[in-house]
Amino acid sequence: MLPILQIGPFAMQTPGLAVLLGIWLGLTLAERLAPRFGANANHIYNLTFTALLAGILGARLSFVLQFPQAFITSPLSLISLNPALLDPIGGAVIGAFAALIYGNRKKLPLWSTLDALTPLLAVAAIAIGLSHFASGDAFGMPTDLPWGINLWGLKRHPSQIYEVISAILVLWAILPKKRGPSKRGSVVSGRTFWHFLSLSAGARLFLEGFRGDSLTLDNGLRVVQIVAWVVLAASLWMLHKRQNVEGRSS
Amino acid sequence: MKSIIETYRLPLYSLLLLLGAAWFWLSAAPMGSTTAGEIPAPQEGFLAPHFTLDTLSGDIVTLSELHGTPVLINLWASWCGPCRAEMPAMQRIHERYGDQFTILAVNATNQDNPNAAAAFVSEHGLSFPILLDHDGSVSAQYQLRSLPTSFFVNREGIIEEVVIGGPMSEALLQTRVERLIEEVP
Repeated sequence: MLPILQIGPFAMQTPGLAVLLGIWLGLTLAERLAPRFGANANHIYNLTFTALLAGILGARLSFVLQFPQAFITSPLSLISLNPALLDPIGGAVIGAFAALIYGNRKKLPLWSTLDALTPLLAVAAIAIGLSHFASGDAFGMPTDLPWGINLWGLKRHPSQIYEVISAILVLWAILPKKRGPSKRGSVVSGRTFWHFLSLSAGARLFLEGFRGDSLTLDNGLRVVQIVAWVVLAASLWMLHKRQNVEGRSS
Repeated sequence: MKSIIETYRLPLYSLLLLLGAAWFWLSAAPMGSTTAGEIPAPQEGFLAPHFTLDTLSGDIVTLSELHGTPVLINLWASWCGPCRAEMPAMQRIHERYGDQFTILAVNATNQDNPNAAAAFVSEHGLSFPILLDHDGSVSAQYQLRSLPTSFFVNREGIIEEVVIGGPMSEALLQTRVERLIEEVP
């Protein structure tokens, strides 16, 4: 656990740093691989940048709309750099909406664009796992297993390490293995994206069972597992449909 | 020729979903396994570690005696710029919500000059309790890595949010404090 990285007088928050690095590396990889998915690297960069910028501004706007009185009392807080004044769900919705508008205006093909964005999502998932490891969040249930780690007063499952390993395996699984342009750049693309989503949902469904901080229902069922199961079902169905289209076209 | 996976794709997917459903029943959280509220640790969802400290005005404050009142534990030092910058906002919040909410500003006295801390408090007219952590034991208990660090603690003594670094804006303080006050025990 290393929530703060002290370099001279500068104290950097490592969880945030890990996510930023993940986005940068993921975007670099996505740009490099874009032609393999039949997408334009510049469009992928601009789309991501638009979504991130709109997402950050949208997250602040959404937070302000939820707590207007706090900002009337203290208007300077509007421009505070503190990420605790952001609403992540509002930001994600507005960022996705901005990406949709950008994609629509540039007439980007939906499936190959989603495929080309998948390496970015997969690297970001690794970075999120590392950020949890740095902060000690997303901690595991108590365990007596020899690879348990001492965290927050008990020996626990190293759930953050499980998360990083599973995200690395998912990245490896979705990366194109052959050189040259992929057939996925054709009208039947979208397979890589749904493949990523199904693997990630499956991993979350499995690994959530080892988490010590799950939100649970009265009967002990973990909410995230139920959501992950629904996403897994939906993505397997879409994967099946895309594979049928691919089969017919070949 | 189609692979076996391609041929039996739908049954395979169905089996995966069945196994997934079975797993979330099997891994349902046993009672107490995901609630960390009984264990003291400086992390969201855990019991705020107990302490008793002297204050700058000579009183003694024990955290557990504040059970039933939301608390902000703010670890600070007078030489730390962001700590100094957020104190006026904390004072305004104290003036507005002081009857329903307690601020405990724990001075990391083991790495500060007590006279400088007292001068800063006097200069800014801070009226909430300033606790003195002479031997650094509270800083160690709360795994202090960066100043300032703040812990928002609910009525049950559970940490609801940790803010590392600063300065916290007044809007941040207000939204968090109002949420803690509105929570029904």
